[in-house]
Amino acid sequence: MSHSSTKSSNPLAALLSVFQCENPIQSALQSLKQLILPLIGMLVFLLIWDIGAKNIHTSLGTFPGPAQVYEQTVGLIDDHQAERQKEVAFYERQEKRNAKKLEKNPDAKIKVRPYTGKPTFFDQIGTSLITVLAGFFFASLIAIPAGIMIGLNQPLYSALNPLIQLFKPVSPLAWLPLVTMVVSAVYVSKDPMFAKSFITSLVTVSLCCLWPTLLNTAVGVSGISKDLQNVSQVLRLSFFTHVVKIVLPSSIPMMFTGLRLSLGIAWMVLIAAEMLAQNPGLGKFVWDEFQNGSSNSLGRIMVAVLVIGLIGFLLDRIMLLIQKKVSWDKTAILR
Amino acid sequence: MTTTHLELTGVDIEFPTPDGPFKALDNVNLKIKKGEYISLIGHSGCGKSTVLNIVAGLYQATKGGVLLDGKEVNEPGPERAVVFQNHSLLPWLTAYENVELAVNQVFKGKKSKAEMKDWIEHNLSLVHMTHAMHKRPEEISGGMKQRVGIARALAMEPKVLLMDEPFGALDALTRAHLQDSLMEIQNELNNTVIMITHDVDEAVLLSDRIVMMTNGPEATVGEILEIDLPRPRNRIALADDPQYNQYRAAVLSFLYEKQRKPDTGETSQKPAEEEKLAHNLQSEETKGEVSMTETTADSEKVKAA
Repeated sequence: MSHSSTKSSNPLAALLSVFQCENPIQSALQSLKQLILPLIGMLVFLLIWDIGAKNIHTSLGTFPGPAQVYEQTVGLIDDHQAERQKEVAFYERQEKRNAKKLEKNPDAKIKVRPYTGKPTFFDQIGTSLITVLAGFFFASLIAIPAGIMIGLNQPLYSALNPLIQLFKPVSPLAWLPLVTMVVSAVYVSKDPMFAKSFITSLVTVSLCCLWPTLLNTAVGVSGISKDLQNVSQVLRLSFFTHVVKIVLPSSIPMMFTGLRLSLGIAWMVLIAAEMLAQNPGLGKFVWDEFQNGSSNSLGRIMVAVLVIGLIGFLLDRIMLLIQKKVSWDKTAILR
Repeated sequence: MTTTHLELTGVDIEFPTPDGPFKALDNVNLKIKKGEYISLIGHSGCGKSTVLNIVAGLYQATKGGVLLDGKEVNEPGPERAVVFQNHSLLPWLTAYENVELAVNQVFKGKKSKAEMKDWIEHNLSLVHMTHAMHKRPEEISGGMKQRVGIARALAMEPKVLLMDEPFGALDALTRAHLQDSLMEIQNELNNTVIMITHDVDEAVLLSDRIVMMTNGPEATVGEILEIDLPRPRNRIALADDPQYNQYRAAVLSFLYEKQRKPDTGETSQKPAEEEKLAHNLQSEETKGEVSMTETTADSEKVKAA
């Protein structure tokens, strides 16, 4: 997994372009260059990592090098599969037991208990992804309309700008205790739809990743060309039509810049929040391994580091794809 | 036909600047009859665009006002459609959709869906854009964009068509094509038109009257020249027409003798606020100016005289 982490889609695209170009030899050379340079970078990195790791000794053994990370990756996959088998076995046993009970006494009450095994590394990835996407979605739901309002209304912008600037740089760690307390106080329900820890992470993530989308949307909206505003005025477009037909499309590029920044921040914040608040997810995995302190721990943490990087990268690529799909200006170079 | 359709009375406009109010227009009076084609001509920064924007309702006059069919104009509206200098099409909509947006606004509830579709297509065919009506602005040339801009304005069935240097950003050949198209359309629809231009030939060729403006600040109407040439007009036939040349000479002499800019040598020395005020694409304006001196070579002679 670590090997593919920094390889972008470029080499693949380069390979494909070999078959499409008119001058095959030259383009082959060109794409070879594009393919080789990232590979060289990778190899040099692995080499330095390997040498460096061997020379760092900690109380938990030497720092994990590429080989250990590979080993741990395989180990984590095995763990995951073993856990899944256990789960399947658990349900089979339960079913058999229940079937027997029913045989003896058809009126017997049957209890179906959920499997409560330890979440594996991959379960933690899933939890983290769900939390980050929910938090990001929630934040966007607030930030985009708010950004449009602020962008359209200069006095409102002037009124709120100091507040935005004040809250924008606040670290998630500062919010976390407050959010935890407020969530425990407010989110009281006998049969909660979501776990408290999920809500806490979600709110913390939202609070931190709101700002780039908000500000960029506002800037995009207030930067609509005077000419288009004149068109809207001459046509006497209603507020709603004005927003839908003119404001939204013309601020999409800025909005997406904000959304991509927000998603990046959301992912970073989430890991920190999970670590500190013991919310399930990748952050908790890292923290647990750290507390565990076995000889495998550092290697596993390193796997998590690389996976976190890879997922962050993939999330950004997905946003880019959506942006390309939504953007009206197909000639714009997006990266 | 002799009744006044559009009337500007004692129009003043002041813009607030850090150094106190800047008076761009002073006592502009103008009466326009229905179906008349008026050109506004003057040096850049003289407030032509400001006059147009006041008629459009985008600016409010500080003193005086505009009456259209006896009603005061104080906000923008589709009965005073504007053809903007740089087309101002929505880049995310196709030519058809751009016109559709305007048609939906104006004819909602008055025309059925099918009628609206026919009307949009009819207007696009007026400007010869049927072949590319499902293309986006970025996919068509500058001249074609301006055609769509004109179609959009025409489709609103305006009482007055306002054109802010509609051909200023185009090359000379494209401009000639569009002028011909416009004359054809005008022949058919007989709209009331106010057009801003820098191009003396364009003004004489298209207009019924040319309104010449003095230099700003505190610009006002200098002279009004009645163009009594029979329509349809043909640019090639008119080139040797003595009367046509007389009209041209009259406009040129107004611009280059009576209203000669004091800083002809250094055109870039404009006061900063003036630059800001005429924010309807100053750069395009200067482009128009350059091409004008190309097309009217004898303007140099007038200057020298």
